[in-house]
Amino acid sequence: MSELLQFLLSGVTVGAVYALVALGFTMIYNASDVVNFAQGEFVMLGGMITVFAHAAGAPLPLAALTAVVATAALGVAMNKLAIEPARGAPVVSLVIITIGASIFIRGAAQLIFGKQIHRFPAFSGEDPIRILGATILPQSLWVIGGAVVIFVGLWLFFTRTLLGRAVLATSNNRLAAQLVGINTPFVMTLSFAMSAGIGALAGVLVTPITLTAYDVGLAFALKGFAAAMLGGMGNPKGALAGGLIVGVLEAMTAGYLSSQYKDAAAFIIIFAVLFFRPQGLFGRQSTDRV
Amino acid sequence: MTLLSIEGLGICFGGIKAVHDVSFAASPGEVVSVIGPNGAGKTTLFNMISGVYRPGSGRVVLNGEDVTAMSPHLLARRGMCRTFQNLQVFQTMTVLENVIAGFHLQESGDVLSDLLNLPAARRRAKDAEAGARELLRRLGLERAAEREAGSLSYGSLKRLEIARAMALKPKVLLLDEPAAGCNAVETEEIDHLIAEIAASGVAVLLVEHDMKLVMRISSHIVVLDHGEKVAEGDPATVSRNPAVIAAYLGADDAAR
Repeated sequence: MSELLQFLLSGVTVGAVYALVALGFTMIYNASDVVNFAQGEFVMLGGMITVFAHAAGAPLPLAALTAVVATAALGVAMNKLAIEPARGAPVVSLVIITIGASIFIRGAAQLIFGKQIHRFPAFSGEDPIRILGATILPQSLWVIGGAVVIFVGLWLFFTRTLLGRAVLATSNNRLAAQLVGINTPFVMTLSFAMSAGIGALAGVLVTPITLTAYDVGLAFALKGFAAAMLGGMGNPKGALAGGLIVGVLEAMTAGYLSSQYKDAAAFIIIFAVLFFRPQGLFGRQSTDRV
Repeated sequence: MTLLSIEGLGICFGGIKAVHDVSFAASPGEVVSVIGPNGAGKTTLFNMISGVYRPGSGRVVLNGEDVTAMSPHLLARRGMCRTFQNLQVFQTMTVLENVIAGFHLQESGDVLSDLLNLPAARRRAKDAEAGARELLRRLGLERAAEREAGSLSYGSLKRLEIARAMALKPKVLLLDEPAAGCNAVETEEIDHLIAEIAASGVAVLLVEHDMKLVMRISSHIVVLDHGEKVAEGDPATVSRNPAVIAAYLGADDAAR
């Protein structure tokens, strides 16, 4: 029993990170129909920039803020320099551009930050907290709490504010959004900034647990992609549910089968979704008016 | 007083002159119809005026300002709105939400008061909803307000698009085939509606195939054929013009 709870707790922790990555996928997908495979690199940059800002003498909160803002700026730059100039190109070409951007970012990170594994201290110490025979790191609570704050914040943003609704309207029908006076290029830029910032925040929160290196982004992108697919690409609720399911399944696989198979969980989910329910758990069947 | 003037607009698609050197003007309260056979370039002309296409030549002047090739969201803020032949609505939102989206342009909400749901934000939302419901009532859609837009019939979607455009309080309204796919009763309703909109001081530009509708409500008609303007004038003049009869109405209609 305590074993199951232990796996569940670690699954939810890592699942919260996947949910944030999936949320990043969802936001850019909604604004532009593009699946941004550089999403994982944003997570890597979040952790990495915090490490180096902290090492340079900045207190941890300031270092984390720097990382989130710098990564969001990089997301905007990526939109302006790589995606926007190719506007009008087929979506597949844009997706390939994002793969190129992710390779570029990873290469640059290897040059700038080196190949070693980096870390910075956990926010509230390393002493595990005991719950019903299982243990959880204080940092895990930061991860889960951070994800909850982001999801609630975004939910309020999208349901309450004019700008949030403008983003929703743009994802619903870009031309119609322009017709009612919405500045859709700005919405695109905002979506890239927010999803890069969210990715970076996930990286900041999880790095004390998983450590970071220049090439951790790929795994985050794949798991986050699996989570977004499972929940239904383009649906924030789906991103949350998908992330948690992928995380828990991964932890169960590692715990009850073998930790060597844990990465396979995400891939089996991708296959299963594509075979049985391509629109995902929360997705809508697409229909065309004739 | 000229509100909108179109000066020598033209565009080529791969060497084919889709529209060539078309000029005309519209004043507040006028209904200007653009007619012509299929493929004459009517929708292309609309797309250039409303900033969807960048014209190859010519200018669009709105209220004294050159707005050529300005993007649709900026035109909307300057009072030029349009509907589309193939419908551009927010399919997965409700009918009411679609129209409310049109009202948001006049709102000056700030993120903080929206997030905290302050009284000012709530009042704005209430005003927008009341305005949207009033427009839906005028267009006979009030009973469909809570339905998802995608579930509406084609004719109702046409009216929904007009309602949303009117929510923006336009000075110039471009309607691309508003009566297409509507039955006789619905067409007559749209007829009244357009007259009403024009009477309120809006310049209405219309592309429409229903000739009876066009002849009845237009104050000015521009005839296109093969992308060029072949005639313009009031309905009586245009319908007597031999070039128009040859190009558009055809031998059958001329004999009637």
